[in-house]
Amino acid sequence: MDRIKHAFASKHNLLNTYFTAGYPSLHDTLPLAEALVGAGADILEIGMPFSDPLADGPVIQGSSTVALANGMNLPVLFAQLQGLRAAVPDAPVLLMGYLNPVMQFGVEEFCRQAAAVGVDGLILPDLPLDEYEETYQPIFQKHGLKAVFLITPQTSAERIRRLDDLSEAFLYLVSGPGTTGGTTPTDVPAQQEYFERIAGMKLRNPRLIGFGIANKSGFDQACQHAEGAIIGSALIQALKDVDDAPAAAARFVRGIKQA
Amino acid sequence: MTPSYQQPTARGYYGEFGGAFIPEMLYPNVEELRTRYLEIMADPDFQIELQQLLRDYVGRPTPLFEATRLSEKYGTRIFLKREDLCHTGAHKINNTVGQILLAQRLGKTRIIAETGAGQHGVATATVCALMGLPCVVYMGATDIERQAPNVARMRLLGAEVRRVTSGSQTLKDATNEAIRDWIANPVDTHYIIGSVVGPHPYPDLVARLQAVISEEMRKQLLEKTGSELPDFVVACVGGGSNAAGAFYHFLDEPSVRLIAVEAAGHGIHSGHSAATSVLGTPGIIHGSRTLLMQDEHGQITEPYSLSAGLDYPGIGPLHAYLGAVGRSEFLSITDDEALAAVSELSRLEGIIPALETAHALAALGQLGAGPDDVVVVNLSGRGDKDLDTYLKNMDKLV
Repeated sequence: MDRIKHAFASKHNLLNTYFTAGYPSLHDTLPLAEALVGAGADILEIGMPFSDPLADGPVIQGSSTVALANGMNLPVLFAQLQGLRAAVPDAPVLLMGYLNPVMQFGVEEFCRQAAAVGVDGLILPDLPLDEYEETYQPIFQKHGLKAVFLITPQTSAERIRRLDDLSEAFLYLVSGPGTTGGTTPTDVPAQQEYFERIAGMKLRNPRLIGFGIANKSGFDQACQHAEGAIIGSALIQALKDVDDAPAAAARFVRGIKQA
Repeated sequence: MTPSYQQPTARGYYGEFGGAFIPEMLYPNVEELRTRYLEIMADPDFQIELQQLLRDYVGRPTPLFEATRLSEKYGTRIFLKREDLCHTGAHKINNTVGQILLAQRLGKTRIIAETGAGQHGVATATVCALMGLPCVVYMGATDIERQAPNVARMRLLGAEVRRVTSGSQTLKDATNEAIRDWIANPVDTHYIIGSVVGPHPYPDLVARLQAVISEEMRKQLLEKTGSELPDFVVACVGGGSNAAGAFYHFLDEPSVRLIAVEAAGHGIHSGHSAATSVLGTPGIIHGSRTLLMQDEHGQITEPYSLSAGLDYPGIGPLHAYLGAVGRSEFLSITDDEALAAVSELSRLEGIIPALETAHALAALGQLGAGPDDVVVVNLSGRGDKDLDTYLKNMDKLV
């Protein structure tokens, strides 16, 4: 069963929540996953913390620093994720992170373990398209892992078509210029035009909008232009300094999803 | 035909090192640069303007000075390539002059840069003032403390210095922040990287702009020694831009030994070092596959050197390649050895070198150069910016 395809076929206005593995404490990973899905998150994106996350703003950088200090690394994460499909039977789960830790772990072994614990796809923003096609795609495919690609307002139509052809999951529409957790757009008409332009391309893959979506109104607006949205930094902020992170995560998701 | 070490492949690889490992948000900027830099740099108008600025503004050619007292001490014939006499006090401006002309031709109206020792930041702020473009320089909080004079210079030149407090608060983190700024400002901004690091085409672009150093060396050596080719070229390496420039026109001359000198900090295996060629393993840093210092899980570790300009956990992919194929040799020098070399050059030749440059000078005793050998040290920068550090370490200087 393709959990990603099934989710998009059976649901509307999907909420994809990102959180950093090992934050706020080392063993929060699975309790958070369970709480998020229990409260209504449709897709999970589990961040693999990296020392130098170039595409991330201060909030996710901060959570990565804490997670690394807590002792998170890929062997620890895969050990935790042994229980993934017991905790979260049906929701699609993606691992998001940067290429260097994956390379040091070994790409093939990384894919094997990810698939074995029930991960559906990967988001590696600094994996270049050419390298993906040449080296990585066969390894991903062998293990049934779907690659998710990012599109920005500056991505050319030709390149969007190429990304759409290569993708077997969904396209990640970066809402505007900036790193994750960016503030509200300064140029709303330009952003609308961008979303409409992408919608008008009739792409094969569903689209989720991410970066700077922080609350219910942002989520609802994004859902007018795409199949759903991705929320990361705002969720991580809601987990800061709380006694019960899973409960706080569930509250956060209910605040987005409930009418 | 012998293969050339100078040119990376179309996708920016020197052997297994290089490439452009960048998030999609940076793709249009980097692709624009990649497809246009060679064509723009080959344009006669660009070359006329560049050569004129290098001559009349930077002060090129810089002298090649025969250091007789230093030569006597080491029992070999030593020349100093006086990049410290460039406007702003280091080789860094060779690159920024070229890149600002490139940025103008790309229609960019805002400039960003990262800086470690502050020399690249000053060189960028300088050309931005010259061209009337706004300039933002990212600098680690630690480096702002230890390079105060350069911070003041940048501000005086009209640049905004943004303090970086993430990570180790040094050059690596300043580079991360500059890249994030570029992600947030993809249309109007050009990022002037200060070294032969980063995604393709930056390593090649910066190496080409610094190559003027070795181009001049060859002519000057011919005049002074009767041969264009020395036996050794010695340069310090953080990211590696001055070394790339000093090596460039000797890369395909196998008789010339190319010596890259890294900062060992408190000692290579002390846990406080920036000797990437020894401590590094292949990985990705700032969009390039190269040697970098990292832990077993691929987290980039924090380097250490007293010298802010060498305090970088990677080296440019060209240098990783030259080392891997044996074309260059790496040596490393501790903080204390570099400080001793500062005092030695000051007293023997009346030249106070930058702390970075002092690492190259400190390697003179390790070369095994004989009386008939010609050694060129790239004197990449002057020591004014380091006076605070020198004053604090007077006991090691005297």
